[in-house]
Amino acid sequence: MTQDELIWRIAGGSGDGIDSTSQNFTKALMRYGLHVYTHRHYPSRIRGGHTYVEVRASEEPVTSRGDGFNVLLALGDSFARNPSEGAVYGDEKTKPLFENLDELNEGGLIIYDTGVLEDEDVGDLETQARENDWHLYPIDLRAIAREHGRDVMRNTAGVGATAALLDMPLDPIQELMSEAMGGDILDANLAVLSDAYEHTNAEFEATHDLRIPKHDHDEEQVLLSASHGISYGAIDEGCRFVSGYPMTPWTDVFTILKREIEDLGGVAEQVEDEIAASMMAIGASHAGAKALTGSSGGGFSLMSESIGLAEMTETPLVMVEAQRAGPSTGMPTKTEQSDLEFVLSTSQGDSSRVVFAPGNVRESYEQTRLAFELAYKYQLPAIVLYDDMLTGEFRNLPRSFFDREANPDLGSVATEAELEDLPHDVGGRYERFRTEGDTDVNPRSLPGMRNGRFLATGNEHWPDGQIAEDTANRIKQMNRRVSKVEVVRDALAEQASPDTVVGDEDADFALLTWGSQKGVVEEAVRRLTESGHSIKALSVSQMAPLRTEEIADFLAGVEEALVVEMNATGQFKGLLQKEFGDYGDVLSSLLKYNGDPFEPAEIIEAVEIKQSGEGGDTSSETTLRPPAGDRS
Amino acid sequence: MNQFDAIDSGEEVTSDDYTPEIEPQATWCPGCGDYSVLKALKGAMSDLGRDPEEVLLVTGIGCSGKLNSYFDSYGFHAIHGRTLPLGRAAKMVNEDLEVVAAGGDGDGYGIGGNHFTHTARENHDMTYIVFNNEVFGLTKGQSSPTSPKGHKSKTQLRGVAKDPVRPMSLALSAGASFIARTAATNPKQAQEILVEAIEHDGFAHVDFLTQCPTWNKDGAQYVPYIDVQESDEYDFDVTDRREAAEMMHETEQALYDGKVLTGRYYVEKDRRTYQEEKQARDEMPESPVVGQYFDEEKEWERSYDRLDRHT
Repeated sequence: MTQDELIWRIAGGSGDGIDSTSQNFTKALMRYGLHVYTHRHYPSRIRGGHTYVEVRASEEPVTSRGDGFNVLLALGDSFARNPSEGAVYGDEKTKPLFENLDELNEGGLIIYDTGVLEDEDVGDLETQARENDWHLYPIDLRAIAREHGRDVMRNTAGVGATAALLDMPLDPIQELMSEAMGGDILDANLAVLSDAYEHTNAEFEATHDLRIPKHDHDEEQVLLSASHGISYGAIDEGCRFVSGYPMTPWTDVFTILKREIEDLGGVAEQVEDEIAASMMAIGASHAGAKALTGSSGGGFSLMSESIGLAEMTETPLVMVEAQRAGPSTGMPTKTEQSDLEFVLSTSQGDSSRVVFAPGNVRESYEQTRLAFELAYKYQLPAIVLYDDMLTGEFRNLPRSFFDREANPDLGSVATEAELEDLPHDVGGRYERFRTEGDTDVNPRSLPGMRNGRFLATGNEHWPDGQIAEDTANRIKQMNRRVSKVEVVRDALAEQASPDTVVGDEDADFALLTWGSQKGVVEEAVRRLTESGHSIKALSVSQMAPLRTEEIADFLAGVEEALVVEMNATGQFKGLLQKEFGDYGDVLSSLLKYNGDPFEPAEIIEAVEIKQSGEGGDTSSETTLRPPAGDRS
Repeated sequence: MNQFDAIDSGEEVTSDDYTPEIEPQATWCPGCGDYSVLKALKGAMSDLGRDPEEVLLVTGIGCSGKLNSYFDSYGFHAIHGRTLPLGRAAKMVNEDLEVVAAGGDGDGYGIGGNHFTHTARENHDMTYIVFNNEVFGLTKGQSSPTSPKGHKSKTQLRGVAKDPVRPMSLALSAGASFIARTAATNPKQAQEILVEAIEHDGFAHVDFLTQCPTWNKDGAQYVPYIDVQESDEYDFDVTDRREAAEMMHETEQALYDGKVLTGRYYVEKDRRTYQEEKQARDEMPESPVVGQYFDEEKEWERSYDRLDRHT
């Protein structure tokens, strides 16, 4: 067991307070001075079932969930409803203990609540513990909670026991509790916390080696998920309109923005369906607000036609797509990267859009800002594509990262004075869609502006917007719209690339990934490099337009590359092969699609199998797919 | 807000100001009822003194959707059935705009039925004109949600097996605060009703009976109308929900028996609009959101200053 980092997993039933407890504990670790990272796993039900949150804390910055974990706090499922003997799915109440043992590292600690998990439920736990050098700490957390407050506070008791066993001082935890609650509830929780701490210290001689690491941040930190990154990026771009319909995991962004935008004097609407949500964002944008909408796979499908309309009418539209496992509607609360192909081409007709897939909180903030800038400047849809994992991944980052200027600029809206001088047709309509050159992006006018009236329509149109079926005009207008992608490509080429390369730049073995798997791939490369491998990795987050030159440079001289992604069909690999054609025999896939994100060890294992040249299968839950053969 | 000079400009407006100087690509058949809607809407706007550039006309798809081509204001010719969410969002961002949505009976009562229900329930301050000709025109004559039971068409070979939608009853139960029906054969009343609908603070639904000379030659829309407000036979209180419901029930049945009744059916004046409801809850600013983007004095709050709960 590594002693320089803690990977603590709290497990229980949904409704047992796993989420809030883990968040507070994570924040306490961050305030204690550590770098933190959380990974959330939960079922699609309101109460009960197997839920866990993993918190990884280290002296070094953390970019992934890590391999397995080393401390289990098993609270038991207090909402279990089918504990009948011999039930096919086993005893739900004890799941939080048993379901987690597979991934508990050797030498790990198990703290379990004997108030809910009775000793006879635990079966051969002691035998397993001996074989794996696990250290067992059975504590009646429920009794401690009950004595000072209520049953539900057994998670607080669990945190107290954790702190005692890891030699962590209670002050940061107590401080956070005092900020979050007050009155009798606070007093009861504080009593439960310290009682569990003292009880554990008195009752047990700690037999394990793990102690809490120590580090100090040199500046103030904040704990945020990518959903916060997206939301705050939108706010700093002056987004003051959001419309949406609840759907996991998009709901995370929606709930953050609902509160923030109303607070900031904007409009936030939960509407009747996703079609309405996307049409409202178009209406708001057309009328002059910076607007955002979004959904997850199924709901995003309903928005398809609106995306086409936004493209055709050249209405700026910023959308968020939070992927999850399975189409209509597979594993609602589990993660996957399986909407890439869909998002790149959603909508009827020839169409253009910008797509970013941020890989962490920082990128989610920066790329959302960029999405707004591009959408409003070039008048097209810009989509931020992320996934369930990033909605549950909380990380610390310096508060100063957010110390940036707001940009409420509407992009390309003309003033009334400017409109007066811009071309109009003989009837006085503003030629909003004129086609002097091939790449014109004309200034917008807003309803209510003098000299600006025009028609926005999904039909092909003359420069003033009037519907037209003239073939020559069709070609001109289509060329102008389609070529906007090239204009955007050139504009983005001027900016620093968001796509990052790590490792040995001369390596002939490479990894490619996109979006959320950036951090774990980079950790795998770091560890492989430390153990003497020559390897490099490219993480792509600018999905459309793709930075093809950069990717080609990266692949030049590479003999073999593994494309790492969380889907069953290798969608990113497919995109690369569509763009490049001649890498068919170089690119093979490493895929995972069981609903959980990659762990670094899984990538390391696959690399070792590939590099040994002996073929063979990965032993874990990942799949290696051979190259498709050169199809060029 | 001098960047929106067209709003409340106070300039005199005539119907001609809404007539495009460039003849649009002709899409309506000779004798189409849609010309009457166009004329009534232009007349209503000039009666109200609305500048064409303060009006946003949002239309759906179909013959009714081409209204924008003939009506020279700001326009958005959107997607089949999706006019209402687009229009209401524009209104929420800039409530000084005069927002009118228009669509056909398939558009409004079929594919857009969900939006119709919810926009009415929320009582957005906008006007919704539904061109009701009981048939799909531009797709060449299929039965629509308001086609009479038994109506035969190429896709309903044995006659429609469904009862028609009752649009006004639907609007009433959904929560619209102004509901009227008028007819293309009745231009004077049509213009008056549109004036009232546009002036109404809240969601105004106007079911506009329009004849389709190509695909629905037998429609009751050709029959002379009876104005329920002018006839002695019909005495009811338009502000009373129960009496209005009863009148609508009779009227909507009578239409299919060949008796066309038009007029105001329900007018609720004291109900808050959705904007007002939201403002009362501090969910929406008192002045238009769009104004913030042009306010040079405004200090835009940054997320940096809102991070305390995350430290």
